[in-house]
Amino acid sequence: MNPVMRWLHWLGSPENYYRFSGRLIPWLAAGFAITLAWGLYQGLFVAPPDYQQGESYRIIFIHVPSAWMSLFIYVAMCVAGFVGLVWRIKVAEITAMACAPIGAVFTFVTLVTGALWGKPMWGAYWVWDARLTSELILLFIYLGIIGLYHAIEDRRRAARAASLMALVGLINIPIIHFSVEWWNTLHQGQTVKLVGESAIHPSMGVPLIVMAIATKFFFGMNLLQRTRLMLLEQETKKKWARTLIEENAR
Amino acid sequence: MTVLAAIIKRDVKLAFRRRSELMNPLLFLVMVITLFPLGMGPDPERLREIAPAVVWIAALLAAMMSLSHLMRDDFDDGSLELIMVSGASPAMIALAKVAAHWLTTGLPIALLAPILALLYGLDGDAAAILGLTMLLGTPTLSLVGGIAVALTVGLKRGGMFLALLVLPLYIPVLIFATAAVVSTTEGLPAVANILMVAALLVLALTLAPFAIGAALRLSLT
Repeated sequence: MNPVMRWLHWLGSPENYYRFSGRLIPWLAAGFAITLAWGLYQGLFVAPPDYQQGESYRIIFIHVPSAWMSLFIYVAMCVAGFVGLVWRIKVAEITAMACAPIGAVFTFVTLVTGALWGKPMWGAYWVWDARLTSELILLFIYLGIIGLYHAIEDRRRAARAASLMALVGLINIPIIHFSVEWWNTLHQGQTVKLVGESAIHPSMGVPLIVMAIATKFFFGMNLLQRTRLMLLEQETKKKWARTLIEENAR
Repeated sequence: MTVLAAIIKRDVKLAFRRRSELMNPLLFLVMVITLFPLGMGPDPERLREIAPAVVWIAALLAAMMSLSHLMRDDFDDGSLELIMVSGASPAMIALAKVAAHWLTTGLPIALLAPILALLYGLDGDAAAILGLTMLLGTPTLSLVGGIAVALTVGLKRGGMFLALLVLPLYIPVLIFATAAVVSTTEGLPAVANILMVAALLVLALTLAPFAIGAALRLSLT
């Protein structure tokens, strides 16, 4: 067995995972704090106002990274869920389920910031635009997965069922996105478009990328914390968890 | 193959032993379609305009409401478990269950809906296209819905929750099917959209049985 595989097997044990992730979290938190501070400062104070949208465009420094994360986390959830389903690794199942609420919140943030931006720009909080609609549907799918996870009593079976649902959604999300896009062009014609995507100036683009990295750090940190907590909850009867709790109680 | 035929025969026979339950989705469909003109006024022009959407959404909801019967009864009396341990492939069992369910709910809905669309003043051609999209679309609804049903079959309260799981997955069918009908009413060719509905059916037919089989194995352990 090569070292990487051996390390992965080692990490698959809840106890090892718990201790390892505990060491990782401070680093992720530090990375998050630094990138967030720098990205927000650059984005909100240093980057020049947009020639068309003025200051309002600055919401993209929250909105766009959140939108990226809403999809990124879904894929991460599916990868973890797939690993959990195929190899029956408890840590992977729990990781997948810890992803879901974070992804749902990012999706929600995307929708809310988009609505707040849409009011001054488009004159309406909500437009039945293809992108908005598919993001909303993504939120529903997240909520369905979370709901399924909590509806089933047996924790491991719940995680596997919800992971399967996530994988079904993974196949469906591109179809939904594509169909919604087509529906929109069929019925509505050209709507307001964002300023050309690739033509973003570095003074705005760099803070945007930094903010995207910040959300990745946040995701990693939050995911590990959630996973640790869920692991501890499910393994309360195991020896390692009991000794750990007793150690901390003292 | 014998498994497929045997399960379909059994399920269809069982469904026909309970005729009133067989009628429920159809009555639901008729009720929903009746409610819309009452809610928005009988203006024929407007009704014709919303006909494809209303009829399809009503059919979608009727199909969804009937989903709980797909496996619930068999789960409750334990026969689902016996069928699963019979040695037949789970995907084949899933396909058979879904096929039987579609024959007893989806097919009647697909046949009735175009007739109801005439009540909204939809012209003959468009109603025919509506019927065609229903015939191609409702099996997809049963297949995709089957996944969610198989995942929730052990739960005590599946009802409202099923809607949250199922309806987002129904969106593509709704979009392409109604687009086909709308383009017909506008005098445009509907082939592309009909082919998309058919493509969704082929995709669901190839993938969904395996997902349902896997979900059933999860739910029954």
